[in-house]
Amino acid sequence: MEKRFMKGCEAIAEAAVRGGCRFFAGYPITPQNEIPEYLSWRLPEVGGAFVQGESEVASINMVYGAAATGKRALTSSSGPGISLKAEGISYLASAQLPAVIVNISRGGPGLGSIQPAQSDYLQATKALGHGGFRAMVFAPATLQEAVDLTYNAWDYAERYRNPVMILMDGCLGAIMEEVELPEMKNSNPEDIEDWCLDRIGDRTDSHMITPILPEPALELLNKGKAMQYKMWEMLDTKVEEFMLEDAEYVVVAYGIAARVAKEAILRLREEGYKVGMVRPITLYPFPKASLNNLDYTKVKGVIDIEMTIPAQMREDIELQVKDRCPVHEYGRSGGMLLDDEGVYEAIAEIVKGGE
Amino acid sequence: MAEYKRPKSLMPMATGYCPGCLHALATRLVADVIDELGQAENAINVVSVGCSALNLYSWCGDVIGSAHGRAPAVATGVKRCLPERLVFTYQGDGDLAAIGLAEIMSAANRGENFTVVFANNQTYGMTGGQMAPTTLLGQKTTTSRDGRDCLTTGYPMKMCELISVLEAPVFVARYALNTPKGVMDAKKGIKKAFEKQLRGEGFTFIELLTNCPTNWGMNPLDTLEYMNTNTIPYFTPGVFKDKEAEK
Repeated sequence: MEKRFMKGCEAIAEAAVRGGCRFFAGYPITPQNEIPEYLSWRLPEVGGAFVQGESEVASINMVYGAAATGKRALTSSSGPGISLKAEGISYLASAQLPAVIVNISRGGPGLGSIQPAQSDYLQATKALGHGGFRAMVFAPATLQEAVDLTYNAWDYAERYRNPVMILMDGCLGAIMEEVELPEMKNSNPEDIEDWCLDRIGDRTDSHMITPILPEPALELLNKGKAMQYKMWEMLDTKVEEFMLEDAEYVVVAYGIAARVAKEAILRLREEGYKVGMVRPITLYPFPKASLNNLDYTKVKGVIDIEMTIPAQMREDIELQVKDRCPVHEYGRSGGMLLDDEGVYEAIAEIVKGGE
Repeated sequence: MAEYKRPKSLMPMATGYCPGCLHALATRLVADVIDELGQAENAINVVSVGCSALNLYSWCGDVIGSAHGRAPAVATGVKRCLPERLVFTYQGDGDLAAIGLAEIMSAANRGENFTVVFANNQTYGMTGGQMAPTTLLGQKTTTSRDGRDCLTTGYPMKMCELISVLEAPVFVARYALNTPKGVMDAKKGIKKAFEKQLRGEGFTFIELLTNCPTNWGMNPLDTLEYMNTNTIPYFTPGVFKDKEAEK
């Protein structure tokens, strides 16, 4: 395994190439510009294609076209640009095309701020576009995790013929860490040859990729997808459970917020307070069991820490806690960052106030 | 005498177009040329939204449906990944000249090596005859009941003229499908565009003036005469750019 000291955006760009990505289209937007900049020279090196689209709308549709050929295709953006891609992501879901979309998120709503925020949880997990579909959402907390999730993202996308989102905030996109880079890999031809437009082998029949279907067929597709989403929940939920065994207070946080929260939890543990954490790595499927199965005879409170206000994950948490203990929230928003002291104090106030 | 046969690229079924609609003829011309070039299995039809979307069901080669206006972006993704395939979009005027203006101009400007077949019938056919960017001045539509007024809606957009001022496109031409000569010329133009693409020369754009008997509220024969007296004088047929001829 090759080790490199890399910036977040560049690390996921390299991980994408190693994961078999051979097409990228995107449009400049802060704080994710290092991804297209890196891929603009890196993809041609491996025989791939890079297109700087005229818009986010065009870029996601280029990805739609590329994905239809069976190539592993990627686009990246940040909040406002993801909104513009919503149309194309919905079409990817409808046409059952695999592709990966990276959101290096920033403060919102609107043009918002170019500083980091976790303000796109609801968009990512509930409605990446119109029409009622879901996509797997991976939320790394370290650059190594970002590399690993990106590297494997197309395996999920192709297995389920569905778009996959990688959601990480501008902090993770900009920080530098040491990462281990995996070997180059490609898609398994068997996963794509029965539907893609590329004439792999001696295929003589023609293929139709369509985002519109006769009503009975569309209902059938939606029923199949509903079953698939249940399957993701059973097979593909990823979560980190941290110091939960004896926890009386459970923090729920993902991505950068989880890193900051972990520091606060360790400090409170040193002071003798029993605090643990559930860190969703897949935001969709949400790690329901981790929260549903907590021992609520011991747990006195659940604390949702997010770098956005109001907290967006709270409803997903409350659905699992089911009023068995209070749910609290703390966050910063608009590009104002979570810091060690603020998160420590917010958790400590609840934990110590409970005595 | 020439034998009249169904092109290999078309399904043995009704196209779904209204009686007298020139979309059916335009689709057939494209299919004929693809057959003649021996490209039926190599072609990829990038279908757009509007009446042109009926191609999704009547086309029997590889076909991919796009979002409204986005066919040139989709075709960009397809062609960049499969450069050996014959890739074309088939788009109407609402799709191409309104909602898809950014995509068509940018794909043309990048010189993407695919062909755009643009059917211009001056209305939104599928949605029931609303005003299009190409609707003629004074033409009545469901959203311009007193006729298109340039003071509030501007002028019919001339796409061949716009695209031909860009550097990258190699062949840009407009044909009217209301006469046998126009049809034969159009077929030659489509063939030339596809041949250029197959030689890797770059972006080619074919505009076909068509009709819409249903939404124009005319019988099909009258639409052909209307095209002579109204459409053609404004949308002049001809070759607007031919890089080969410029040399």
